[in-house]
Order: sequence, then structure tokens, then C-alpha cells
Amino acid sequence: MSTMHLHRDDEASKLGMWLFIFTELLLFAGLFIVYGVYRYLNPVAFHLAAEELSVTVGTVNTIILLVSSATIAMATTAIRLKNKQLTILLLLATLFLAFMFMTNKYFEWKGKFEHGIFPGSEDLLRLGHGDTLFFSLYFFMTGLHALHIIVGFVLISIVCYRVNNNSLTANNPVLLDNSGLYWHLVDLIWIFLFPLFYLIT
Amino acid sequence: MNKHSDNHIVPYRLYIQVLAGLIVMTILSVAITKINLDTLTVFAAILLASIKSALVLTFFMHLKFDNKLLQILVISVFVLVALVLFITFLDYNFR
Repeated sequence: MSTMHLHRDDEASKLGMWLFIFTELLLFAGLFIVYGVYRYLNPVAFHLAAEELSVTVGTVNTIILLVSSATIAMATTAIRLKNKQLTILLLLATLFLAFMFMTNKYFEWKGKFEHGIFPGSEDLLRLGHGDTLFFSLYFFMTGLHALHIIVGFVLISIVCYRVNNNSLTANNPVLLDNSGLYWHLVDLIWIFLFPLFYLIT
Repeated sequence: MNKHSDNHIVPYRLYIQVLAGLIVMTILSVAITKINLDTLTVFAAILLASIKSALVLTFFMHLKFDNKLLQILVISVFVLVALVLFITFLDYNFR
């Protein structure tokens, strides 16, 4: 044991992460209210616009995110069991699934763009007020969510690098735990985005 | 030795079981919305999403094994957010 002892408080780190998660929750809750109110005011347009989205792509992306949440959760177990190889494997699996999610998202958005549907497009303006609102909210909310995926991807990459060079081990897994919490939050938001945009038509 | 982190190790199997439950509920929610039940569809989809998020919070986010303070804090914040949403929609429905 080294004589140097750095003060560390893992419980406080975790509490801090949760406080951050609460602010994220409020941010998305505000957007959900905006979505709910506009849907209530434009029921027909929202109904028709939502049918434009592919339920299959949405379902596949939901399952991808759920599996990725499970893999990072299992990584928090693997690091505690001092199984470095499995930890890295599970983290890489999470990164791969995040990449798959973004690829699907890319093709989904690309398809919409090619059909002339993007914020401020002329086709959308011609469709009317309700459709414009639906797609603006769709692009903003899934876009903000995708931004969180990218941040999570960077975070998990850092964790993966640190597990590999042994600076993150069973003795200090808090960064992995907190990245996991963040990743589950991203999953949690998607759990509500999916039925709201893809299912309820 | 300092005990820096919680000593509870969640078995892999539990995570797999939770994941299976989540996937089943996702497929269920897609199947339910295929049947036209009007407002009930919205209710069913939101209900299933709520159960799914409860599972994620309890097991994936480790709340079941966390200390009481954190559990109470998280539950209160989620109840608060749910209330804000609920009251807003109540207001819109009855004006």
C-alpha cells in the first residue's frame, strides 16, 4: 500500500451524478410537456405525421439501447469481480451498440431529409402548422437525445481506456458506475420518446 | 483496507433477466398499439414505459441496493416530475 492517500468519497460522487440526472430529467420533462400540449391542440396532424415514422426502426433502436444498458450494467459487476477482460469486452459491446443506434438514426434522418422533411423545409411548411410542430419536436427531441448518446460514447471510451491501463479497477469503479448511470438515463429518456413519437399514432 | 465502494455485487443473471423483461415489454407495447383502443392505447403505452423505467431505475441504476437517502430522493423527484406533467394535462383537459 502506498503511503499517499487521496481523499475520495464515492457516495458523494454518486449523489452528484444523480443531481445532474435530475436536471436532465427536468429538461426532458419540459419538452414532454411541450409535446403533450401541442399534440392536444393538433391531434389530427400529429396522428398523421407520427405515421410517417417507421415503427420497425424505432423498435430495433429501442432494443439496441436496452441491450447496451444491460452490457454496461454487467460491466459494473465484471470490474468488481476483477475480470478486466470481460469488463473491456462489455464496454466495447456497449460502444458498438451505441454506434449501431446512431447509424440507424442517421439513415432515419437521412430518409426524412430526402423526402424534404427537415426543420424549415418548404415541404413541411406546405403540410401545415401541426406537421411542422410534430417534426420540429421530433428533430429537436431525438436530436438532443442523440447528442447525449455521443457524450455517453465519449465517456464510455474514456472508461474503457482507463480500465485497459489499470487506472480504473475494482478499488475505484466510481467513474464506470457514474458513466453507467448516465447511459441508463439516456436509455430511460428513449423509453418515453419511443412510444410518444413512434407508437401513439 | 478502505471500503470505498459498496460491496454488493449484482449477479450477471439478474441483469439478463431484467433485460429479457424489458424486451418483452417493448414488443408488448408495439403489439398493443397495433390494436386500436383509442385513448386506452395512449394509457397502455405510457403505463408500459413507466414500468420499464421503474425496472431500469431499480436494477440497472442500482437503486435497490443503494442507501435510503438516495432512494427517497430519486422517488420524490420522479413523483414531482410526474405530478407536474399530470397537473398540466389536467389543466389542458378541463379548460
